[in-house]
Amino acid sequence: MNSFFKNNWWKLLGLTLILYSIVAGFLIEVPKLQGNIGESIRNLFFHVVMWFAMMVMFGNSLVRSLRYLSTFDIKHDLVAYESVNIGLLFGMLGIVTGMEWANFTWGTPWTNDPQLNGAAVTILAYFAYLVLRRSIDEDNKRARIAAVYNVFAFVMLIVFIGILPKMASGSLHPGAGGSSSTVSSLDPTMRLVFYPAIAGWIIIGYWLINLKVRMANIRQMLDNPEQS
Amino acid sequence: MLLDEIRFLVLKDIKLEFKQRYAINGILLYVVSTIFVSYLSFSKIIDSATWNSLFWIIMLFASVNAVSKSFVQESSSRQLYYYTIASPQAIILSKMIYNFMLMGVLAILCLVVFTALMGGFVVNYPLFICALLLGSFGFASALTMIAAIASRTNNNFALMSILSFPVVMPLLLTLMKVSSAALGNGSFADNTSYLAALALLNIIVIALSYILFPYLWRD
Repeated sequence: MNSFFKNNWWKLLGLTLILYSIVAGFLIEVPKLQGNIGESIRNLFFHVVMWFAMMVMFGNSLVRSLRYLSTFDIKHDLVAYESVNIGLLFGMLGIVTGMEWANFTWGTPWTNDPQLNGAAVTILAYFAYLVLRRSIDEDNKRARIAAVYNVFAFVMLIVFIGILPKMASGSLHPGAGGSSSTVSSLDPTMRLVFYPAIAGWIIIGYWLINLKVRMANIRQMLDNPEQS
Repeated sequence: MLLDEIRFLVLKDIKLEFKQRYAINGILLYVVSTIFVSYLSFSKIIDSATWNSLFWIIMLFASVNAVSKSFVQESSSRQLYYYTIASPQAIILSKMIYNFMLMGVLAILCLVVFTALMGGFVVNYPLFICALLLGSFGFASALTMIAAIASRTNNNFALMSILSFPVVMPLLLTLMKVSSAALGNGSFADNTSYLAALALLNIIVIALSYILFPYLWRD
């Protein structure tokens, strides 16, 4: 029992943080903002948190890709691949929560907005990464080419989500064209739920990557019994 | 030393092109036929927004077509020969320069045929030409890198389109903004920030390719 807690305390921590963020997210007082946002500002705890978690997952994938390119250890490539998978999961959840929120506040699930388009194209870029991986058979070659494309895609992501929306003038989505981003001007009460939620989802993301990597390793051991 | 290698490789590509005319003829046919089809389907004079988007769509697909040929047509034994005599940076830079020249020709051709068939909507020519050149350079550099990645896999052209679409998107969006301003009386001064953004994107892509291509080349 003792070793269970010693090895897995962080998973319980992640779970607790997420449960706390879900419960507290619906119970705390939220500030009254103008327009018809109303109580739906609580979506901040889910939608924005997803994007932050996705960025961390893709950042982890980038780091692993760079480490693969410098050491050529295939384990890094596996972690990079699974990080992209989990990052895409969080990204799709972010888009779905965003679409629901948009439908409620703006009346339509999608608008012609630079941040929205940038986010969609980033997700497409990483799906293209998955397609690229699937089209090469040999392990080391696949790892090398996928790593190169990963670095490319990540820089494009930075351009899309970070730089281009700031240059565009005026959009419905907060944080574009000079208006203050929601994060820096966040109400203190909401911060109490926001930051733990991000931490919780990042931990769960790492747990998912951990599980997938272990499953892939086991599958590989089963496929090549003479090489274990 | 690097500049010598680059110059030699670029001249080699140009000479090959003049001998066989494979890529130029392919591009010429593609561009003229797509513009002709769009001319036939738009029976009346179209407005500037449609002109703009049609122009850049045709440019985009013609560019993808043209650049994908540049890596595909080298056989693997010749590539091994290149590997032994030239540095990978020289190879990628020379391919980019060659593709940029190809894209430049393609862009001018596209503009001329488009204006002839669909009407001249461009008001501010210097701005448009500037956007065209920066756009060609951007397409050439980004697509060369993607073609390098896609040439290492089995299904070349489909993968090239899938990989290139997200990478080319910011370039295309900025280009369309600048050229729609050029079509509609925008001045040069207003759009310098967009042109600067285009130049910056170019530099980022070229720097990334310079650093990353040696890893691809080792095969």
